[in-house]
Amino acid sequence: MKILVPAKRVPDTDQKIEVCEDHSGIETGHLPFVVNPFDAIALEEAIRIREDRVDAEIVAVSVGDLEYEEQLRTALAMGADRAIRVDCIESLDPWNTACVLKALVEQESPDLVLMGKQAVDGDCNQTGQFLAAMLDWPQATFASRIKCLEDKLLVDRETDAGIETVELPFPAVITVDLRLNEPRYASLPGIMKAKKKEIAEISMGDLGVQNAEKMHTVSVRSAKTARKRVMVSSSCELAEKLRESLKST
Amino acid sequence: MNILVYLEHDGSEVKKASLSALSFAQALTHGPDDSVRFLLIGENLDKVASQAAKYAPTLVLEAMELAHPIAERYALVIADAVESQQADMLVAASTSQAKDIISRSAALLGGAMASDVVAHARVGEELQLDRPIYAGAVIATVVLKGSPQIITVQASAYEASPPSDSTFAVTPLSPNLDNVPQRVQIIDVETKRSSRPDVTEADVVVSGGRALRTSEDFEQLVGGLADALHGATGSSRALVDGGITPNELQVGQTGKIIAPEVYVALGISGAVQHLAGMKNSKTVIAINNDSEAPIFEEADYGLVGDVYAIVPDLIEQLNSG
Ligand SMILES: Cc1cc2nc3c(=O)[nH]c(=O)nc-3n(C[C@H](O)[C@H](O)[C@H](O)COP(=O)(O)OP(=O)(O)OC[C@H]3O[C@@H](n4cnc5c(N)ncnc54)[C@H](O)[C@@H]3O)c2cc1C
Repeated sequence: MKILVPAKRVPDTDQKIEVCEDHSGIETGHLPFVVNPFDAIALEEAIRIREDRVDAEIVAVSVGDLEYEEQLRTALAMGADRAIRVDCIESLDPWNTACVLKALVEQESPDLVLMGKQAVDGDCNQTGQFLAAMLDWPQATFASRIKCLEDKLLVDRETDAGIETVELPFPAVITVDLRLNEPRYASLPGIMKAKKKEIAEISMGDLGVQNAEKMHTVSVRSAKTARKRVMVSSSCELAEKLRESLKST
Repeated sequence: MNILVYLEHDGSEVKKASLSALSFAQALTHGPDDSVRFLLIGENLDKVASQAAKYAPTLVLEAMELAHPIAERYALVIADAVESQQADMLVAASTSQAKDIISRSAALLGGAMASDVVAHARVGEELQLDRPIYAGAVIATVVLKGSPQIITVQASAYEASPPSDSTFAVTPLSPNLDNVPQRVQIIDVETKRSSRPDVTEADVVVSGGRALRTSEDFEQLVGGLADALHGATGSSRALVDGGITPNELQVGQTGKIIAPEVYVALGISGAVQHLAGMKNSKTVIAINNDSEAPIFEEADYGLVGDVYAIVPDLIEQLNSG
């Protein structure tokens, strides 16, 4: 069985994000970058599946510039068997990312694509669903439990109403939610081994994909909310404020 | 402009969030050639359809195969309907169901999609859409290239559209089910029905964070205060991860995004991922024993102290006054 795990490079989630002066994007100079937390969960799950069934191969893929090798090294150190970077200097929207992933799926023929439900930079929550539609594969989004059987998958999905359990056949696209697992840290031997592994590089051209923007970013601004920030000193005072706030509704 | 609004329901009631999606669509249409219609999908829809018809003309797709909202089936019939109705735009509220289904539809319709839209503006020919990125720390203004455009909106950003005095037409469509796959089957649905209002629909939400040590404490303090205020309960991720609250209570970047009139945060630190889910609330009130907690920066009224000591007192005062 082959599992493809896309991994995006995103700013560490505990960092303060500042907008550039010209509002074209965010300041990245000072930011540490990590594997998108949801992708790390997807990779962890792939590794656990491989621990259960020896025949599994895990291929981590990224679409981005040379800096993305840092995240692919992390993926290899955690336990991915191979890594592929599709060279791309632009930041792609979900449609174009899905187009690249589709071309990779056609080349690699995985049985399963396991990916994050969203990237914590763009927060789109689209790429997995787009990919599943393009491939005409079944999908299970927002997985909080995955049971990988011989010929089918059982997936618990987190929905607004509660947990939904679905059954689906291979090949499939699964997007993962936070509570699926706790990703492991790369071990020192893992990191040493990862340094020696080769990261395959493919161009968008080789895959026959051209970036055709569907969602264009005009500008960005920082989201400021203005709060009163009044500190009260007793529950009595707070009860008063609560009553006032409720009255004005 | 010809817009279809995906109408979410639970088999008997229209979901309020879809009425916000409707009001977004209505704000984009003015002329006599413009149309906004609901697209209602499922099985045994008479009750929901007659409710929907109070708000907008409603197209109904009914079939046994469509009894449950399974993405691979719904996405296909939705895309078919958008094409056969020659709609320029498909709109839905950004719920977990829409994220699953509408995103899949969008790819079948060319992929011009923006999710979680919170504001819009017409600039010349362009429709500019604001959407939060980086856990809501940044707002991006985007435009979509190509047609149809697929847009999901945060229900908290748009007022629910009011019912009309007249009743609109309900039009059945016959879905083409020939190519609808049946690979995915629902085995089980576990819903925890609470007597309290839904966190996404309540005017008052009381949320608890890691300060709450057990489910019983949560029920007593967070639930007790919510009941005193006739509100809903919510939770930070810390409690959901700890198994103290169910996941559908999670407020935040990866949980629910809400904007109640009053949001009360009990023992929540105010991580940016949590703020993403509640920062547009009208009034924010926080209780935390750490005076430096970031939640106070995002609060209108704050009180430093132990929730275990303060909240029972607060409940008593509210109940007696
Ligand atoms: C990718 C990603 C997505 C995430 N998505 C979400 C999300 O959707 N929603 C979300 O909430 N989080 C999310 N998080 C987690 C987020 O970063 C925080 O870890 C989380 O919100 C912390 O929850 P908390 O405030 O309850 O806990 P803590 O940060 O531990 O804060 C507890 C607070 O309670 C106070 N306290 C403790 N005891 C008492 C007491 N007795 N009385 C009064 N105050 C007390 C403490 O001073 C502290 O401020 C996400 C994180 C990541 C990386």
